[in-house]
Amino acid sequence: MAAVTVLSIRDLKTYFYTQEGVSRAVDGVSYHVIRGETLGVVGESGCGKSVTALSILRLIPSPPGKIVSGEIIFEGHNLMDLPLDKMREIRGNKISMIFQEPLTSLNPVFTIGSQLSKVFILHQNLTKKEAKKKAIEMLSACEMPSPERIMKEYPYQLSGGMRQRAMIAMALGCNSKVLIADEPTTALDVTIQAQILDLTLQLRKEFGMTMILITHNLGIVAKAADRVVVMYAGEKVEEADVFSLFEKPRHPYTIALMKSIPILGRSEKFLKEVKGVVPAPYLEISGCKFADRCPEAMRRCHREKPQLREVEKGHLVACFR
Amino acid sequence: MLRYIIKRLIWLAFVLLGLCAITFTLSRIIPSDPAASYLGPRPRPEQVEKVRVQLGLDKPLYVQFAYYMRNLVHGDLGESLRTHRPVLQGIWEHLPASLDLMITAIFIALSVGIPLGVLSAKKENTTLDHLTRLFSVANVSVPSFWLAMIFQIVFFRWLGIFPIGGRIDTVVNLVSPIKQITGFYALDALITGNWAALKSTLSHLILPSITLAAYSTGLIARMTRSTMLEVLREDYITTARAYGISEREILFVQALRNALGPTLTTAGLCFAFMLTGTFFVELIFFWPGLGTYTVNAIFLNDYPVIMGITIIMAVFYVVVNLAVDILLAVANPRIRLG
Repeated sequence: MAAVTVLSIRDLKTYFYTQEGVSRAVDGVSYHVIRGETLGVVGESGCGKSVTALSILRLIPSPPGKIVSGEIIFEGHNLMDLPLDKMREIRGNKISMIFQEPLTSLNPVFTIGSQLSKVFILHQNLTKKEAKKKAIEMLSACEMPSPERIMKEYPYQLSGGMRQRAMIAMALGCNSKVLIADEPTTALDVTIQAQILDLTLQLRKEFGMTMILITHNLGIVAKAADRVVVMYAGEKVEEADVFSLFEKPRHPYTIALMKSIPILGRSEKFLKEVKGVVPAPYLEISGCKFADRCPEAMRRCHREKPQLREVEKGHLVACFR
Repeated sequence: MLRYIIKRLIWLAFVLLGLCAITFTLSRIIPSDPAASYLGPRPRPEQVEKVRVQLGLDKPLYVQFAYYMRNLVHGDLGESLRTHRPVLQGIWEHLPASLDLMITAIFIALSVGIPLGVLSAKKENTTLDHLTRLFSVANVSVPSFWLAMIFQIVFFRWLGIFPIGGRIDTVVNLVSPIKQITGFYALDALITGNWAALKSTLSHLILPSITLAAYSTGLIARMTRSTMLEVLREDYITTARAYGISEREILFVQALRNALGPTLTTAGLCFAFMLTGTFFVELIFFWPGLGTYTVNAIFLNDYPVIMGITIIMAVFYVVVNLAVDILLAVANPRIRLG
């Protein structure tokens, strides 16, 4: 299968204008997704993964947020240039999204059924009856017990896992090309996490969707992703296919992240943490943003910004080493 | 739900009992002689004594109270000291005029206040938002009697487009009188197809109802704005946007439905308070409603009327609150089912 790029982000900059100053949440990020693959986007909290994802659909609350520059190319169009009504045809229809907090991502005063049906009616020109049928179908595809009953229930009557299944049902029912899953399992119990992840992956394959999986969990990346983008402080620091990344991580940040994963059976008194904290996003840093925390930082790293370079085919790193 | 309503109604009975006791005691403490009032100016002492016995005023206070309560249970609020007509009848005759005004006013307050609040929240910190907030604060803080007089000067005296007061034009009422069916003039005129009267009623209704609505409009707009601001930051609003739901639907359906609780509660309180708020407005606009009736009764020390109105107002207040609670339950499944 030829590698067809479905969606690509080019030099995206999303800033938030706050009282402390301009917060550069996403500062020149580029990545692309190939049809049928799962792209993992990893990084600590606050590194700009979610803001990037929200920027794709132009969902950044403005003010204070603003997409300053960059292009989102999807099906030959730059989404940044589309008028809002065209953008709405893409949202949920061609690109759909699953969010981190299933507890708060569904509207509390409408039934699950009416929320699902509404989206299906909107994008697929279904009648009320057809939409309802489709919603039931999708719920049972998401392994919901007694979907007819669930249709009539309100979000607060369901558990977190069930709500996330309902969200997935909504996302999949739209037959969209790209699924953005923003930390879909983070807010769930560990046992439910595995179920939801498996379900997402399996259904993604069934429905032939391309997925951007945003997570801070390298375990999930290892299990689910084909290629990985590692982000740090609003920038992409490394990109590689999942095997080369785990075999030969190049960026010190990636290496540090991997050292911080506990491994079953190996007794370690202390897990290695990544020392220090992410620099405040409104600080102007001329050199490498990771330099202050980097065990291998050289004088040059503080002065000069390392550009991304290809160390192997498809393996990009922003580091002088 | 039904159990809840019944519980509330039982509670209402206790509230009323307490209220009756307080108003009854107060009306007997004030230094005025009901028997003398009953007889009119310059009564002879033996007449006063006769009436005192006739009205049961010679009996101990608790016996009088027991009599009053017995009558009340039978729907008898006593008799006016001045007109010697049943109080309930008097209230019944004046209530529709007040309700006319109040219902129009709350309708104006809701249909102006809610959209203003929603737009203000959507356009937070823009000029539109600032203007709306200024408008709300002005509405809440301007006294209604002042606003009423300004309206009269501007719209009656200077522009001459609205009448200064009253419920209907006297001439129109003579030429094509309204057949009283419900007691609500506009509705009666509409039912009977009396267009001249309808036009006259509506033009008389505008200034007083806007005056009465001002306070509630401001309060509702402010309340709606602040809850909408909170709701618009919720995750499910982002979800709705992410699934291509139109901005209008997000604002007026998805978000508003969640923000409606405090607004409805406020509106309910406003509506209940309007029953007293309408006193000023009715006096200034010569509106023959409950306010005019009450104020006259107060001037004349007509204590059975004052008590009757107090009780009716209490009932009204509790019933409106109950209605709001039921509405809230309808709007929010967590209250209904939880």
